[in-house]
Amino acid sequence: MKKVLQVSGVTKRFGGITAVGGVSFDVFEGEILGIIGPNGCGKSTLFNCILGQLMPNEGSVKLDGRDVTGMRPCDLNRLGVSRTFQLLQVFPQLTVRENLILSGQEHQGSMAGRLFGRRDAGLGAEADKMIGFFNLGHLAGEKAGGLSYGQQKLLDAAMAFMAGPRLVLLDEPAGGVNLTMLESLKERLRAINAEQGATFVVIEHNMEFVMSLCTRVLVLAEGRVLAMGTPAEVRANPEVVEAYLGH
Amino acid sequence: MSTLINLIISGLATGSIYALVAIGFTLLWQTSQTINFAQGEFVMLPAFFMLAAMNAGFPFWAAILIGMALSMLILGVAFKRMLVDPMLKHGVLPLAIATMALSLAMKESVKQFYSAEAQPFPSLIPSIDLHVLGAVVSTQSLGVLAVGIGAVVALQFLLTRTSVGHQMQATAQNPTTARILGIPVERMIMYSFLINAGLVAIASVLVTPLYLAKFTSGETLGLAAFIAAIVGGFNQVRGAIVGGLLLGVVDNLAATYISTQYRAAVPLMLLIAVILFRPQGLLGSAEERTV
Amino acid sequence: MNLDRIILLVSLFVATAVLIVLPFQLGRYGLYILSMWAVMAIGAIGLNLTLGYAGQVSLAQGAFVGIGAYSAAILTTNHWPMSVAVLVAIALCFAVGWILGYPALRVQHHYLAFVTLAFSTLAYLVFRNEEWLTKGIYGISDVPRPVLLGFKMQSPLRFYFLCLASLGIVTLLVGWLIRSPWGRAFVALRENPIRALSLGIDTRRYTLMAFAIGSALGGVCGALYAPLVEFIDPTPFTLGLSLNLLMMVIVGGAGFFAGPFLGAAISVLLPEWLRFTEGYYLLIYAVFVMGLLIYSPTGLLGILDKYLTARSTKKASAARASATATFGAQS
Repeated sequence: MKKVLQVSGVTKRFGGITAVGGVSFDVFEGEILGIIGPNGCGKSTLFNCILGQLMPNEGSVKLDGRDVTGMRPCDLNRLGVSRTFQLLQVFPQLTVRENLILSGQEHQGSMAGRLFGRRDAGLGAEADKMIGFFNLGHLAGEKAGGLSYGQQKLLDAAMAFMAGPRLVLLDEPAGGVNLTMLESLKERLRAINAEQGATFVVIEHNMEFVMSLCTRVLVLAEGRVLAMGTPAEVRANPEVVEAYLGH
Repeated sequence: MSTLINLIISGLATGSIYALVAIGFTLLWQTSQTINFAQGEFVMLPAFFMLAAMNAGFPFWAAILIGMALSMLILGVAFKRMLVDPMLKHGVLPLAIATMALSLAMKESVKQFYSAEAQPFPSLIPSIDLHVLGAVVSTQSLGVLAVGIGAVVALQFLLTRTSVGHQMQATAQNPTTARILGIPVERMIMYSFLINAGLVAIASVLVTPLYLAKFTSGETLGLAAFIAAIVGGFNQVRGAIVGGLLLGVVDNLAATYISTQYRAAVPLMLLIAVILFRPQGLLGSAEERTV
Repeated sequence: MNLDRIILLVSLFVATAVLIVLPFQLGRYGLYILSMWAVMAIGAIGLNLTLGYAGQVSLAQGAFVGIGAYSAAILTTNHWPMSVAVLVAIALCFAVGWILGYPALRVQHHYLAFVTLAFSTLAYLVFRNEEWLTKGIYGISDVPRPVLLGFKMQSPLRFYFLCLASLGIVTLLVGWLIRSPWGRAFVALRENPIRALSLGIDTRRYTLMAFAIGSALGGVCGALYAPLVEFIDPTPFTLGLSLNLLMMVIVGGAGFFAGPFLGAAISVLLPEWLRFTEGYYLLIYAVFVMGLLIYSPTGLLGILDKYLTARSTKKASAARASATATFGAQS
């Protein structure tokens, strides 16, 4: 299988503290990789290093074999890598539809072209499709800040899927979402994975969510890779049980 | 050489006034995120309180006390209660703009209710020229420097050696934690406003004899104190002292050795350089509180 | 929503009609004041773009008005046509604004305010001291009013209509800009730059662009200001003008399209209406600004917005409830 993302030896230190210490793993095309680990094990820092928000002290990140270590997040995004954040991040003063158009508008053409081009940057239809897909139809014209938490969480995820990304990194998509919505979120992630062939990396605390969604799971503890394998393998690994349940 | 000594001493004297005003400025920022664009007018106004008291027949010393008291009441208590408290929850910018309006209101009030003309103001210290190491140094400079340093030392003593001072520092560093520790945060914030009012009143007594009392006289002083506070370190009282003294000297040297026309540009360049390359200020530590 | 749109269109129509009909009733001074309003509104619209939409605090808009005014005054007194002067003012302010944007990439909020404040004061020093160029404190007198398509714009009425037409053009262009993808990116920059960056928005270029365009409009404001007052010296371009323009934007309502029109009206016209109070009008204005900001920190239009939001919240929560219901039922 083709490797989409290759992370090798990524290390990030803050002062004397090593948040991420020499983490290596590959992500294959079309898979859903889960990253789990106790609080403070460096999951979000690892994401930030991969996505150019932070510059790793050591190691490299490759996208399709091309070195993208420390590339600016906006350039990386235009190469088809998108993400969500741990905390909700929508633009409260823009409408739901505008949030989605914004999320895709920088992916084609030049800055000048966008100024003189169409108001919806040619993304109106795609945004409406996404709105329908996430069942936000009634709210398309509402300001995102007026939505409920769960709806904002859906919008947040939907924004990461605009403009057909090849690789999506989701940071705790299930956090604070109620059970019914969780199920439908999972279904939608599976559908996008199947239909668009998008590759996912998901950080999640909710073990059930990870185990039922992901094809492979990586366990991170104290900034290092503790185990990697199918959900069943990981579940059976005594070290994982120790690290995870010990905390 | 003798000019240089002279310039440095008189620079330190002006600098100590800048420092007093800059300390008050940083205190307000630290304890309540108030960027006081009216700080210069805060220095201008107490002189008029004192002049009014003298016109009413009080002797100079009594007028100073009355000016201090009015300053604490109006620039301390009323400023906090009427403008800062209601606006604090709306963030930094609206409050900063409200203080711009306040500075306009203060200038206009003085112009309308007192006088638009510059008023002479008696000096606390007689002006006699002393000859030291061949340089001519005025007693006024030395006196201003002495009072300025005295006030700063007293304030440092209050902040670092007394329990109220420790509580104020805790409030400035982290109000939430301070509150959990049982520190009366509200009262500490009020104290910092009172201290600011006291400092500007002292600065007013020191600076007004040099430049006369006029409704516009706060403008340059406000800018200077503002620059001093940022250059020294916006979140540090110590920084404001160093920034003030440094600015006073730099300002004096620039006027003599660079150009009188662009003397004001030197502190501004210093300000821009410090913000861009060392935003925490020369002495400050990196600011973690986001606005 | 529909009713709001009707109200908006009607008030827009009435305002335009008043601005076209009213001047014929006004004397020389009234026309001067109304022209001043139109000119200052252009400067405030520029600042509203930088501050209100893109969220970048600037205390330097007055300096750009100064740069524009001096460009126009120097060129037109040297017999260059007004159109060239305006283009030079725009280009110069755009370039300087772009450069001033660089500090915004390093520092934000109050620190950015301080840098721009320092720039504003430095610009004033240059206006005052570079006598070979600006004639220093003596100023440049007899700035001519332009000739447009063979029509002399000398009379106050004609010049007023030139200012009004300029304001109209600026309004249309900026309105179009903020509804374009750029406007959306500016708002994203203001609300959440980190998220914007992760969505492919080159926040660096948009920040610089927001500064440059806002400053260029400051230049347009200045280029009209010079022939309006017909005499340019450094005095109007102190830090005070920057603060005044900032107050206009905030008082009107930062981030609202109509904010600068309203803010400029209050700043320019209110003192005239308060003329009967003799010297007290600035005091009243200052107290009014403080009172307004205490009551509504989002400005005058913030009050209106609060009212409209309160009214539409009921509608929105109903929509929310039904959407949640269908979502739950489907899965």
